Amino acid sequence: MKFEKDLSVKNLKRKPARTAALVILSAFLSFSIFGGSLVVMSLQNGLKSYEARLGADIIVVPNQARSHGTVDSILLQGIPGYFYMDESYFEKISVREGVEIASPQFFLASASAGCCSVAVQIIGFDPETDFSIQPWIRESYGGAVGDGDLIVGSSIEIPANRKLVFYNNSYNVVAQLDETGTGLDTAVYANMSTIREMLESSTKQGFRYYDGDPARAISSVMIKVGDGYGIEDVANDINVHVRKVEATQAKSMISSIAGGLTNVSRVIGVLVVVIWILALAILMVAFVMISNERTKEFAVLRVVGASEKMLKRLLRTESIIISGVGALCGAAAAALVVFPFGGLVKRSLDLPYLLPDAGVTAALLFGSVALSVLAGSLTSAASARRLVKNDTGLILREDA
Amino acid sequence: MELRAEGVSRRYFRQSKLSNVFFAVKETNFALPAGKLTEITGRSGSGKSTLLHMLAGLLAPTTGRVLLGDTDLYALDDAERSKLRNEHIGVIPQGQTALRSLTVLENVKLPCLMYGDEVSDEIPMSLLERVGIAALRDAYPNELSGGELRRLAIARALLRRPRVLLADEPTSNLDDENTHAVLRLLRQCADEGAAVLLVTHEREAAEYADRVLYMSDGVLSAE
Ligand SMILES: Nc1ncnc2c1ncn2[C@@H]1O[C@H](COP(=O)(O)OP(=O)(O)OP(=O)(O)O)[C@@H](O)[C@H]1O
Ligand SMILES: [Mg+2]
Repeated sequence: MKFEKDLSVKNLKRKPARTAALVILSAFLSFSIFGGSLVVMSLQNGLKSYEARLGADIIVVPNQARSHGTVDSILLQGIPGYFYMDESYFEKISVREGVEIASPQFFLASASAGCCSVAVQIIGFDPETDFSIQPWIRESYGGAVGDGDLIVGSSIEIPANRKLVFYNNSYNVVAQLDETGTGLDTAVYANMSTIREMLESSTKQGFRYYDGDPARAISSVMIKVGDGYGIEDVANDINVHVRKVEATQAKSMISSIAGGLTNVSRVIGVLVVVIWILALAILMVAFVMISNERTKEFAVLRVVGASEKMLKRLLRTESIIISGVGALCGAAAAALVVFPFGGLVKRSLDLPYLLPDAGVTAALLFGSVALSVLAGSLTSAASARRLVKNDTGLILREDA
Repeated sequence: MELRAEGVSRRYFRQSKLSNVFFAVKETNFALPAGKLTEITGRSGSGKSTLLHMLAGLLAPTTGRVLLGDTDLYALDDAERSKLRNEHIGVIPQGQTALRSLTVLENVKLPCLMYGDEVSDEIPMSLLERVGIAALRDAYPNELSGGELRRLAIARALLRRPRVLLADEPTSNLDDENTHAVLRLLRQCADEGAAVLLVTHEREAAEYADRVLYMSDGVLSAE
């Protein structure tokens, strides 16, 4: 075995250009499959986390919401937006049949002017009734969110003094949330009274976000539907009986994302398959060409006393070295593209995008490398058979 | 140890007007006695190399068998036959047969390295000296001349002190002086007890041989 290994390494070293070409070809295999599946898994992961973060069955917003941003654009893409309605709508909505829990939310966009530390989306929730944001906050922060406290999304930079200023009021950052891969990562969270205070000071400073009474303003109502009621029925019931609001099923918000995800995954899948077919075909041709060039070398080994098994082992060792090194290089290249440019991928796809955790990533890496090595070696094995079975006596006659 | 061919022949398929098959070697009985140098000459294409390859266990005969002592070479499986050739049959093939990724010295050591057997530099170096290319020990084959490569193949074949030595035109490409050196070396191997077969076109070879056979159209006969 040591002999086969030594000779393989020497063979590969003595033909650096050929070796490099084969390594690069093999690298395409693991690059495409590792990179592709990492992106697809990040998308699936992002969708799952968005679904979890949304947490509601129905989301109700004022009819005119579209003019200053939609729930989609705020929650998913993190584009700051705002729209308001009077608290009385909350009461009207929460008494409809089938509504088990209803909780108001409050969206405020901070300005980029001097009054605010950062221009972000601020999302307010009612600690009494909230069922979608607090469970998530509890994953990273045990305490209660008191008046004047802020919780920030994972992409918000926390200043050293842990204070953020919004509309000239200073607030304490008490915790930072885990990444979700959605627009929620760039948002700041506060309870209802804190955020209404912000709205009030913004009005004092001349921002005209809402004409009504800031102390009675809400932006949306999140609804959990009781057992035994159809989500669609409840949404329809609200749309019919409560004027000037629009009830949307969370499922339909998700399904548009899921559709986008399916499309992107399909494109990536096709790309990966095409790259694999091309790379394997070229590898196959390359191995056949190389084996023609190597028949003499193998005949010599036979003359000196190598068995067919030894020749097979020699070829297998070479192909495992080539496809192994190639697979590692390819996976490393994929990691170099996918990890640092995750933000870019996310922005250009406009879909929730959350990298899988280290364990899953490691498993994916291992699987991709193993699969690439296997495919690469099988391709060379196909040409190896011929090489090994060649009649030595015949080859030696062809003088070179 | 004696190498014997009993009724060996080798058939090839080839397009021709009369018949699609022809025998490169016709049924032949042939013995290569230990301690003797046997020479085979004959026209190009007469079947010399074919016979030699069958004797070396590299080419299965169409009929007959090849025996090394009591062992039928082609009754063994591939691994056993390969090992046997590695240990007991030194083959100097026609043409240039060095491995390009190994140095001259490594090429000579190849028969031992292949089976993981320890080998010092001493024996391979003394062989390289005897064939006159010791100075090239660390060179790679692409830096060697045709004659130097031939001599490298000879040194490699002798490394294990094989009981049988099969040389297919070992002196082609060599100048007079080196031709005689190589022939002397083969003679010496025979004197030390090996069964030596020399396939050659060289006139001078006859003076070193114990017996000269002539091959013509696949038939072997005493000259
Ligand atoms: N695989 C093959 N298919 C068809 N014919 C073959 C094959 N191998 C050898 N032959 C033929 O068998 C005959 C004997 O070939 P061989 O190589 O034994 O000749 P040789 O005596 O060694 O010649 P040389 O002196 O030129 O080396 C030749 O006519 C050759 O063309
Ligand atoms: Mg010949």
